[in-house]
Amino acid sequence: MIAYIIRRLLSTLVVMAVVGFVVFSLLYLTPGDPAAVIAGDIATSEDIQRIHQRLGLDDPFIVQFGRWVGALAHGDLGTSIFTNLPVTQLIGQRVEPTVSLTLCTLVVSIALAVPLGVVAAAKAGTWFDRAVMAFSVLGFSVPVFVLAYILILTFSVRLDWLPVQGYRSFHEGVWPWLRHLILPSIALGTVYVALIARMTRASMLDVLAQDYIRTAEAKGLAPQQVLIGHALKNAAIPVMTIIGVGIALLISGAIVTETVFALPGIGRLTVDAILRRDYPIIQGVILIFSAVYVLVNLLVDLSYVLFDPRIRY
Amino acid sequence: MARTADIGAAPAAAPAAAPRSMSPTWRRFREAFRRHPTAILGAAILIAMIAIAIFAPWLGTVDPQAVSPAKRLRPPSGAFWLGTDMLGRDVYSRVVFGARVSLTVGLAVAALSTLLGLTIGLVTGYMRRVDAVVMRVMDGLMSIPSVLLAIALMALTKASIGNVIVAITLAEMPRVVRLVRSLVLSLREQTYVEAAIAAGTTLPRILVRHILPNIVAPLLVQGTYVCGSAMITEAILSFIGAGTPPNIPSWGNIMAEGRSLIQIASYLIVFPGICLSVTVLAVNLLGDGMRDALDPRLARRM
Repeated sequence: MIAYIIRRLLSTLVVMAVVGFVVFSLLYLTPGDPAAVIAGDIATSEDIQRIHQRLGLDDPFIVQFGRWVGALAHGDLGTSIFTNLPVTQLIGQRVEPTVSLTLCTLVVSIALAVPLGVVAAAKAGTWFDRAVMAFSVLGFSVPVFVLAYILILTFSVRLDWLPVQGYRSFHEGVWPWLRHLILPSIALGTVYVALIARMTRASMLDVLAQDYIRTAEAKGLAPQQVLIGHALKNAAIPVMTIIGVGIALLISGAIVTETVFALPGIGRLTVDAILRRDYPIIQGVILIFSAVYVLVNLLVDLSYVLFDPRIRY
Repeated sequence: MARTADIGAAPAAAPAAAPRSMSPTWRRFREAFRRHPTAILGAAILIAMIAIAIFAPWLGTVDPQAVSPAKRLRPPSGAFWLGTDMLGRDVYSRVVFGARVSLTVGLAVAALSTLLGLTIGLVTGYMRRVDAVVMRVMDGLMSIPSVLLAIALMALTKASIGNVIVAITLAEMPRVVRLVRSLVLSLREQTYVEAAIAAGTTLPRILVRHILPNIVAPLLVQGTYVCGSAMITEAILSFIGAGTPPNIPSWGNIMAEGRSLIQIASYLIVFPGICLSVTVLAVNLLGDGMRDALDPRLARRM
């Protein structure tokens, strides 16, 4: 078990190293001279030369990469070209809306998708099962921002129940905070619910065909007890896996959702950075999001032990 | 139900239904299409969309870039079927021409990432040393959410459809490599492959004659999903301003331009949005039908 954890941690380190290398190479390959951008329009060629030397832009690739990793180890993600502020500070200011949105979506999606999948499997072939499957195909096909606008047009513009866009901090009260997150979470969560519900159903159908389920039913356990206590527990591992992998959908979706609903989060920061070609910000965001994704999947892998004591690694 | 019907009809229909030239894979595809009318619906919508994209200039459209300030923001009517945008451009024409971008990107990314993924997957599946390095790189690429990777690549280059295709292909390809590699790894242990090796068959011949035919079908299914996901990614990139350049109408950038007008001219967003969703849905239905054809065991579960 310890050996497994160490092996898994090592492979995570390797993956993160590759991510870092890819992200740095992208910056290195950016066309145009970053020094010229920093120096501005009225700079002389000597100014640009000086910035070149200060930033070490003439050093070989590997030296620059080493320096970048060293800075990263000290929590330094570089400086924004446009605002001249540290990237970590800019991202730090934007964390709250993004974390609120993704956590809200994550919790509600799992709470909704798992029961949907379980009931669909228990009633396989009925209208309920078909409805869940149809919903899941639709959920995969309607892009986040299309769904977001349909929701805005229906619930904000026509019915005027919820705000069209904007964000209220948690400190301004729970209800205003939640009110501004309802539509974004539904838009972002639909594809995630589709994914998890589909996997839960498939995994449950596999388990429900096992002999020990028949035994449990034969000894007179209540159907709910069989479904939750026996079947769901054994069906949990593929579901956990897909929850981890699906985080990628939430991260990509958050960028678009924040744009549609004007939430001042990391996604919004990224989109502004793209328009201004502020590459250090884009790089920092990719690095942080990828690290979150890799870490969540590491935790998911380690959590298998909780669901299946047979797994000892 | 379909099963019993088949058995009942078997004596008369079997020889005609299974011509010798047809491989089992294609027969299974045909069988599945019969059992899944939704897959046929998907194929039909997709063909219709491709036809719309090809024949866009002859479908009652005007120049999608023609600006006429006097006719700004007209709601849908007999003259402007889907209304006009804030520059007076005809939304119907723009949406019809937008089909070209979505389908070009979807199909090109599907074809390119399948070909690249197949090549890299075959090589890594057969060469241990290359495998270790390439797969670590692929693992790294796969831990960057694909939309983010595409955004990063697009920020590097000029906005053009070619660059969008390359960026999305690089983001989608690692998953195809992984699929091909895992298929190769299991196929090379099969007895018939070992027999071929023992009989002295050369490696290229083994790959082409024995490995490749067994990869084609799952790869085709994967390609369909890649196509759907590439169309969504293209729309997302264009929507956030990192995709198709604004002088070419695409569903994503038509929606981006309508963003600030959502409360007064919702048709600017609704129509391209519906087209995009319906096209992706068609591709996914087709993919689901093909997947069920390949794995009848899975068909009952999914």
